[in-house]
Amino acid sequence: MGTMLPDLREVWRYRDLLMLLAWRDISAKFRQSIIGYGWAIARPLLTAIIYTLVFHFFVRIDTAPIPYTIFAFAGLIPWMYFSNSLSLVTGSVVGGGGMLTKVYFPRLVLPLSTVAVGLIEVTLQLGVLGLLMVWYQYVPGIAILCLPLFVGVTLLTTLAFGIWLTALNVKYRDVAMAVPFLIQTWMYLCPIIYPSSVVPERFRAIYALNPMVGVIEGFRWCLIGSNPPDWTMMTISMVAMIVILLGGMFYFRKVETTFADII
Amino acid sequence: MTTSVQIENLSKRYRLGLTHTTSVRDLANGFAGRLIRRKPDTDHQPSERKGDHFWALKDINFSIREGDTVGIIGRNGAGKSTLLKILSRITSPTTGRVELNGRVASLLEVGTGFHPELTGRENLYLNGTILGMTRAEVNRQFDAIVSFAGVEKFIDTPVKRYSSGMKVRLGFAVAAHLDPEILIVDEVLAVGDLDFQRKCLGKMDDVAKSGRTIIFVSHNMAAVSQLCKTGVVLSGGTTDGVMPISEAIDTYIRQSSVSQKDGLFLIDRDEAGSIIREISVQQSGANTGVIRHDQNFDVEFSLQLPPEIGPTKLSIAVCDRFQKKIFTAITDLAGSRNDAFDPRPVRTLNVRGRFLMPGNYSIVAGLLDSRGAILDQHHHVCPFRIENVGDDPILSGGGDYGVVFGEHEWLAPSPTSC
Repeated sequence: MGTMLPDLREVWRYRDLLMLLAWRDISAKFRQSIIGYGWAIARPLLTAIIYTLVFHFFVRIDTAPIPYTIFAFAGLIPWMYFSNSLSLVTGSVVGGGGMLTKVYFPRLVLPLSTVAVGLIEVTLQLGVLGLLMVWYQYVPGIAILCLPLFVGVTLLTTLAFGIWLTALNVKYRDVAMAVPFLIQTWMYLCPIIYPSSVVPERFRAIYALNPMVGVIEGFRWCLIGSNPPDWTMMTISMVAMIVILLGGMFYFRKVETTFADII
Repeated sequence: MTTSVQIENLSKRYRLGLTHTTSVRDLANGFAGRLIRRKPDTDHQPSERKGDHFWALKDINFSIREGDTVGIIGRNGAGKSTLLKILSRITSPTTGRVELNGRVASLLEVGTGFHPELTGRENLYLNGTILGMTRAEVNRQFDAIVSFAGVEKFIDTPVKRYSSGMKVRLGFAVAAHLDPEILIVDEVLAVGDLDFQRKCLGKMDDVAKSGRTIIFVSHNMAAVSQLCKTGVVLSGGTTDGVMPISEAIDTYIRQSSVSQKDGLFLIDRDEAGSIIREISVQQSGANTGVIRHDQNFDVEFSLQLPPEIGPTKLSIAVCDRFQKKIFTAITDLAGSRNDAFDPRPVRTLNVRGRFLMPGNYSIVAGLLDSRGAILDQHHHVCPFRIENVGDDPILSGGGDYGVVFGEHEWLAPSPTSC
């Protein structure tokens, strides 16, 4: 196994680089914008409001007793993290080309530091969700203690797809072009604007093969905590995620030595 | 002494052309082939086609002992960068094996990963960790690095406001304070001012003296001979292995001239009119375009005189890179009425070693008759280069010191009576 998967001990030795790269991206990102971190809050909040307007008042998707805004926002936090990070991770290896061709470091540091960047926004958004709950006078259950677990699962899911895409993107630049389209379509396959209960029973196992289904369901369950998620679906999602993650690590390990030659 | 770097049968092949585009057609073909379980047609495999490939390195073998300082020299495209990239683990060899004993730090570029928006301090940490230090190690060396780079005042200013010199200094300072067992340095000294270059060489010398292995690539023979005890000459992706540095520099100089056609001026056999037929620069008996600065060299003139000709003078001048004459030499040639007449005279001018400064030179040659009229003339032909092979105190700074060493001596200070 040692030679088939990336050397994680080595990545650990370079943890300071990982943190500094993440931190460099974060501070460079918000240094030039006027409202800075405000964007991290404004985007999902505005999206949730628009979704409430369209899907709750026009299309009349009912999520009672949970206020739709909270329902949508709780789903949007992991989704926005996933979709934003996925685009960034896809470009991370190619974008780090200047470094890749000049110095050796475990290449896995690049996608890893990129997935870490978005966590800042998730933290801010969770704060906003808290304020929304105060506004709607909604009290979350004990399940909220599982939140860190699901943040971790979200991160791993992003990483699972991200390392595939970023490694493929080195060789086939089409990948970076396809990702925005992929994300757009993908969103409808996730229970963000609708609850997963609207998916017909017999399709649920297939539906759950999308790991983001498990992530969003889990996120929503521990944040809002009204009815527990479908554990079969959760298991399917987790297994799918782990398979994709291991496959991605394996593929990354296989091609990482060629990165510097191709970029 | 133990081996620090062991290289066995190392080869590296690059695909020519747009390397990253495995075309969609190739991809589809390969995929379809696999689907219908057809063995890929080896004759038409794009990756095996002849001429699509280029061997940057071919069958390299050598080993470096611990504590050695090795200069890797060779012309552009000889494979130096590829070798460094393999040694630094940036890319992997196509075949063969590299064994490195100890922590490796490679400095192929100064200031890798610098982000213009971040301050000097932030970039220092970032660069240090990219090169393989931990944050604690950077902390420990922070003051030393900043003062080596001489940017104390600007350490909290964004790097985009730095001058390019400051960026280079900061970048090298970080690398200089790595503490590796094996240090790999590419031509980083080409940037930065003289003062800083000297400081860098000094620092590398310190590292070498502390028993670390240094692998140093440079075109600057003076720096190489000053720093390295042994050398590896790469040529067309192959090498004869490690040899003493002076031998390596000789090999390099011999190779660089053969290929460049410098040091030679030749009139085609059938081109009539020209009396001066050939000029060649020679050192140690071989025609060369690159001359060691510390040894004598010859310039040989071959002429073909017309049957009826009076006494003539061959007048030649050596010119500097600005095509300004440095000195002139004249020799008499007998006319056809004279018994000593030679229709194909050859004259050789011997120039002392350590007379011309390192640099580029050319030759002006003319044939004059007794009244001073020009019979034949060639301007700035036969370019050659004087190469600094080191160990000269005057040249230690690497700056512009004129074109000749100049004969001089310092008089003993006279006892003053007041």
